[in-house]
This record gives sequence, structure tokens and C-alpha cells, in this order.
Amino acid sequence: MNVVNNKWIGQRTIRPDGVDKVTGRAAFAADTTMPGTIWGKVLRSPHPHARIKSINTAKAEALPGVKAVVTARDIVDFPIEKGAVMLGIQDMRWMCRNVMARDKALFPGHPVAAVAATTEAIAAEACKLIEVDYEVLPWAIEIDDALKDGAPILHEWNKFDGKPSNIMGRLESKKGDIAVGFKDADIIIERSFATRPVHQGYIEPHACLISVAADGKTTIWSSSQGQFMVRAMTSMLTGIPQSDIRAIPAEIGGGFGGKTIVYLEPLATLLAKKSGRPVKMVMTREEVMRATGPTSGSKSTVKIGAKKDGTIVAAHGAFYLQAGAFPGSPIRGAVGCSFAPYDIPHILSEGFDVCSNRSKVAAYRAPGAPIGAYAVECVLDELAEALKMDPLELRLKNAAKEGTKAAHGPVFPRIGYIETLEAAKNHPHYAAPLGKLQGRGVASGFWFNAGGESSAQVNITEDGNVVVTTGHPDIGGSRAGIANICAELLGIDYKRVSVIIGDTQTVGFSNLTGGSRVLFASSMVVTQATDKIIATLRERAAKIWEIDPEAVKWEDGAAHPVSPNAGEFKPLTLADLAEKAPSQGGPIGASVQLNTQGAEGGFGTHICDVEVDVDLGIIRVIRYTAVQDVGRAIHPSYVEGQLQGGVAQGIGWALNEEYIYNKDGKVDNPGFLDYRMPVCSDLPMIDCALVEVPNPKHPQGVKGVGEVPLVPVMAAVANAVNNALGKRFYSLPMSPPKVSEALDAPTQQAAE
Amino acid sequence: MGKLHVTTTVNGEPMEFLCEPYETMLDALRGQLGLTGSKEGCSSGDCGACSITLDDRLVCSCLMLAAEAEGHQIRTIEGLATGEKLHPLQQKFLEHAALQCGICTSGMLVASDALLKKNPDPTEEEVRFWLAGNLCRCTGYDKIVRAVMETAAEMREAAR
Repeated sequence: MNVVNNKWIGQRTIRPDGVDKVTGRAAFAADTTMPGTIWGKVLRSPHPHARIKSINTAKAEALPGVKAVVTARDIVDFPIEKGAVMLGIQDMRWMCRNVMARDKALFPGHPVAAVAATTEAIAAEACKLIEVDYEVLPWAIEIDDALKDGAPILHEWNKFDGKPSNIMGRLESKKGDIAVGFKDADIIIERSFATRPVHQGYIEPHACLISVAADGKTTIWSSSQGQFMVRAMTSMLTGIPQSDIRAIPAEIGGGFGGKTIVYLEPLATLLAKKSGRPVKMVMTREEVMRATGPTSGSKSTVKIGAKKDGTIVAAHGAFYLQAGAFPGSPIRGAVGCSFAPYDIPHILSEGFDVCSNRSKVAAYRAPGAPIGAYAVECVLDELAEALKMDPLELRLKNAAKEGTKAAHGPVFPRIGYIETLEAAKNHPHYAAPLGKLQGRGVASGFWFNAGGESSAQVNITEDGNVVVTTGHPDIGGSRAGIANICAELLGIDYKRVSVIIGDTQTVGFSNLTGGSRVLFASSMVVTQATDKIIATLRERAAKIWEIDPEAVKWEDGAAHPVSPNAGEFKPLTLADLAEKAPSQGGPIGASVQLNTQGAEGGFGTHICDVEVDVDLGIIRVIRYTAVQDVGRAIHPSYVEGQLQGGVAQGIGWALNEEYIYNKDGKVDNPGFLDYRMPVCSDLPMIDCALVEVPNPKHPQGVKGVGEVPLVPVMAAVANAVNNALGKRFYSLPMSPPKVSEALDAPTQQAAE
Repeated sequence: MGKLHVTTTVNGEPMEFLCEPYETMLDALRGQLGLTGSKEGCSSGDCGACSITLDDRLVCSCLMLAAEAEGHQIRTIEGLATGEKLHPLQQKFLEHAALQCGICTSGMLVASDALLKKNPDPTEEEVRFWLAGNLCRCTGYDKIVRAVMETAAEMREAAR
């Protein structure tokens, strides 16, 4: 840690993009247009599972106003038999088939063709004129349906245990021998759980505006969690080299993992190329719900064994996650994170990736981890109850700490999990009295956190201010954190630091905004670039003063002699040195590109109070406290914001959100009225307790904070409901119909 | 049927435009009028990102036909600040970090302004129920509610 008594780090400064966002000026993906823009629309499969025998686009192409039509023939194919072609965590074999169905449509909403026309209405009309000959096939959406004997197989080439199967893969983390471990247990609890698919729920639908010049030079204006991901995927799916694609990151209206892949960009690029006109595509909310995201539905079984004193001796988890149409459910998160908060000698954690006729999963905030934690943390609650132990004490007794070897591999360095448990235990919330039909639950959670590639340029302007360019789209206020850090290092007012997100052709490669990496990684490169600049500034001052650079220090935004021995000189400020730059060696700037390492995992512990309306079956969260080890809160308001937002999403997942399918296998609630995300009147204030155990591997102590806060929530709510009612729900959501049914059950029996 | 000619007032300025009979006010604002501060999150009146006021009444512009603006006063997020001077709500949203991605912010501010015009001294519960038609997926609403309550208190203080 190189900074204490900070002026800007830890301050609640005004974010650099703030005024644009409160005045309506900020340009999101759908807010821009170009001269000559035409509109693109997607024709989507109405069937959950169908072989595409033929597609005839002639009538659509003949419609006046239609400028281009594309089908799978226009998309670069990545043949399945040739093996995986990975881009990050995505296999391009699935991406090319997800953006446009090739031989089979695998979910209702799967694109089969796209049209560009002079108006949206004509494009929609043209979609209706495309003739698709489908051979409708039997389908399976729920995990049980996809796994039963004789289930329709989505990918016929796939075999599991030697038989055609919808299980596309299995992953395990193992430590010790659970057979030995369970023999030692005085008490064993085994339970099964189910969760429904839930959508990331970003308010901004996917959108893009793309032009392709006659020489192939392509400009993409779109909203995503990574302009470099957009460039690379579009390049691979269209054949246009990356050097010809300038992907400009628009302001992004929420992502939560759901904008880490492309849907529209390759289609719009091909339509723009064919038509010679800029093409704009904007999804409707219904398209977002049917064809993007969500995260997996799941079935899990968790078995935990402990000694009478609460020492956990063995744990086994089996997590089946719906991948949707193509392989790639987040089993790694479920398998790796679920038991990570605990020091358990014998662990087997296994995950199964199950395809079914539903849209392909996209990442959602700590992908897989909340699903696993829901099961594990509920079983721990039952264990505590059975052992008559306080649930936080049970966790403290088994808590992972420095030196603990996690089942997924790493040996933990100094971590702050125990501190979160202590803070929760000592929080006034934990001792507050509860009323009738109220209950309290606790749960913990872990997420890996990521580092990875990051680039930054820091340039000193001619008037002595600073422009920082980074490469990760800012969704939650990361520009404010960068401004705080750069201002701190340079010793200047944060308002003099302008932070922007560069496009793919103006800043070096930077990995996705995902994995809670952004502030961790970008502050590392910005720090190194700023340090280089400070070195330059010291050299320039030394040259002017004709002393050794080692005799110059940088402090409070100016060069000073380190001591009177070095000479008596009037300090040279950043503005002074910027003014003198042309005659002293030229422009002052630095860029740094790194594959950042040392992103340590994060831990949180949550306390939730609920009140149950037994007449209506409505569960209300009435108080919530999120405790998290955040490393170092560079901008506390936006750190709290991550915690509060994660908690709200988890409450939605726990209580109301779910994909509901009709008898035809289509999503029956593809809008915000029936897909019930928490609204303002559903929630209480969400208290945050930030525990700061600095990350020793980061110059400012930063740890990722964005994903951990979703991990414990569903279990915390479920444990609170159990505490209130003495009744446990083993499936989510705990929605009014389900709660009413459960509460009515004994009465019905009595009546019979 | 041809296009309709609409004469209206947007953020205090006289405006005229042509629209299709089926076109929404949101389409007209974002399209011809170039006021893209109002956002489309759902086009079904569920998310509130397109909130505007029609003669001081809070409406979802996606549920209003553009032709209905004829002869009325429309206010959008672009009319909330006075020149360079931010409205107290805008300032307080910034100070409280009451926005993350910012896509709901326009609608939240327009709705909050409409609330404070009607009820300068709302309880937390009143704020929460008034804003229940404006979805935010990032913040959990905590900082938004605090910003609105604190703005109301300061505006009451300033009006004394």
C-alpha cells in the first residue's frame, strides 16, 4: 500500500460522466444515428426445436424498401467436428450458431434470418415474407426433461457415459476423500434444491449502429461489456479483419454479464456490408427476454457432514445447470465457489452442463456462484439449527483463512472472510428484536474475481490537466474510481482528471468488463502509467534546475527539490511543466499494457430480515445488511452501490423472478410486467458494512467487489423465511403462489 | 392515412412535427425532435425510463401517441436543468451516486420532480411507491430514495 491519509482515494467524488447522465446527454447504444441509416430486424424461430429444411428470402428481398437480407449462409461457420475455437470463455462454434441458427433452431427466439430496410416497419414486414420450412422436433426445457431416458437430444453428436445425452460436460473440484470424511461425521444433512432461470434484467435492450464502407472499414457503435469482444467476435463471424473494425463503446445501460457476448453486431455488420448503408438494430424487450441471457435454472444436491462441535468434516455438492441451446453453463462458479468460504478437509464439488431448448445462457453476476451458495448456505443453516449453534458461529468455526487450500485449487493469501463474519456478528442488525411473522437469516458467499488484460493511456494536456483513456466499458462508476486514483498519485484536484473509455482503435486491448476486474485491472495500469509520467516530470524539473532527477520529488501536484541540499528552487507545477513541454523533450504521456495478476477472491456475509404476509403469501424483506471485504474502497459510494444492486437482484431471484414457459415451450412472461423484478416499493434501505482488508498484490489494495454481493442473497432470504415460518422452501422463487400453497397445505390436510 | 401535423410545446419551446398516427410520443421525441434523453426500456409502460410530463402529469411517453401532444405542454429530462444550472435533484443524484449505468436516470429524475411538485414533503414510503413505476436494476434504489428525500428537505428549507 503506497498511500495513506489520502486526499482523493476513499472520497465520494462526482463521477466524470455524471452530468451527462443526469441531463439526458449521455449517448447510449440506441441514441445515435448516421446519415442514411436503415433499420435491421431479426426473424426468429417460433419453435423450441426444429430442423431448418430451407429458407426462401426471395419475397422479402423483392419488397420495396428492403436493402439486404442475411441468413446463416452469410455467417462464417465454425464446424463442430473441427473442435473448439475459443474467444475468452466462448466457443465460436456455438456463437456462430447462436447469432443465426444453422441446421437447427434450438429455442423460440433463435434468429433464422435478418433484414435491413428503409424503415423499421418495412423490415418487420419483410421478415414475415421470409419462408422457412421447419421440421418441428420434440423439445425439452426443464433439466429433468432434458435428462430423462428418451429425451430429445439437442446436439446429436454429443455423448455422455457413452450414450447420446444433453449433458455436455462435467467439472469437479476435489479435496481429500469424502467417503472417509463422512465416516467421521456425527451429523450429516443432505438436501436438494431447485432454482429457475432468471434474466440479468438490464433496462437497456441490446442495440447497435454499424456502417461498413466500400473498402471494408467498419464502424460499430454498440452497447456491450467489451468493445474488444465485439470487435473480435464480429471479425470472426464476418471475416472482416480486426484492424478494419472500429468498435466504439457507447454508454451501457446495464449488463450484469449479459452483454459479454454479441447478438446483433455480426448481423448488422453483414446487413451494412450488403446494403452499403449504416444499419441500426435495437431489440425489443420481448426479444431480450426470449433470446438473450438468462442465467441457468438449476437442480442441486448438497450433503454436509459435521462433528457435534460444529467442525465440518466433509461436503459433497452436485450442481446441474441449464446451459440452454449451447454448452457453457456456469458450472465453474457453482463448483468452485460454493464451498470456498470454508476450511473443509474432504470436498467433492461437481457440476453438470445440461443443454435444453432455451436461449443460451449468458454470464450473470458471479455466474453459477449464487446457485451453488443458495444450496450450501441453506444446508449450513439447517446444520446450525440441528447443532443448536448460532449460524455465524458455525461459519466462524469453519471459516477459510490465510493458508486454507480451496477445493478449486488456490491456497488463500490474507483474506477478509472472518472479518466479515465478525462484523456481521457485531452489527446492531444481528441483535435487533424481531416481531411476529418475522425472521432473520444469514449467509456468506465467495467469488473468484478476475484480473487479465488491461491498457491505459495517460496524457498531460497542454494546459496541465490530465486525460486518462482506459479500455473497459464503465457500467457502475469505474471512471470515478480511476479519477480518484490518478488525482491522488499526481497530487491534483480530481476535477482536473478526465477519464474516458477508448474505442478499439485508440486504446490497447482490454478484457471485458466482467469478473469484477475493471477497477482492479485498470487502476493497476493507470497507476503504472501515472508513475511513468511522474518520473518524466521529475526528470524535466531536474533538467530545468540542472540537478539530478533523484534530487527531485513530486508532491502536491508539483516538482520540489527533495531537500534544501538539492538547491533552492520554486516548485514547478504540472501546468508549468506542461507549458514548458515543447522545449523540454515534447509531449508528456505514458501508456501501459499488462496482463494483470493478483486479483484475489472476495467474500461477503449478509443478514436479512423478512416479514411474511401469511394471508397473501407475500414475503417482504424488511431489513438487509451486506458485509463485504472490499479490499480498498476507492470510491465508497460506488462500492456500496455494487453491494446494494447485487442484493436487490438476489432478492428478486429469491422472491419473484423466474422464466415461466407455456405448453408450447415459449417464455410466457417476456416483459417487465410479468417478469417481476424488484421495484422501489418492494425493498428497504440496504445497509452496507465495508470491511477493508487491502489486497497485498494491488498498488491501492483493490479487490473486485461487483459480483460477490449477489452470491449470498438467496440463501440469506431463504434462511430468514425459514426462521420466520419454521418452514423451508427448497426451490426458488418463494413467490406468493408457492408460499400460499405451502402455508395452506396443513389446513387442507386437516379439512380432509 | 397520411402523417399528422402536431403543434406542441416541449420544455417551454414551441415545436411542430409530423408523425404517423401510430407513432408514440417517445418515438417522436427520440426521432424527429432529437431528444434522446428519454429512453426505451420496454415500450409497455413497465420500466418508466421514458417518463415525461404532459401538462405536469407524469406519463410514460411510450404509452402516449405523439399526436396527443397537440396543444399540450411536454417536459422531458432535457428541460430539467436551467441552462448550466442543474436542478437540485440532478445535483443530489450526483452527490449521492444515485445512478450507476444511468439508463433509468432520466425517467427517475422526471418522476421525482413530478413527485416533489405534488408533494414537497414525502415520506420514504411515499417516495418508494411513487417511484415504483421506474425500474432501476443497478442501485437497489437505496441511494435514489435518499437523494430524493434529501432534495425535498433542502428545497423545503430554501423555500422558507
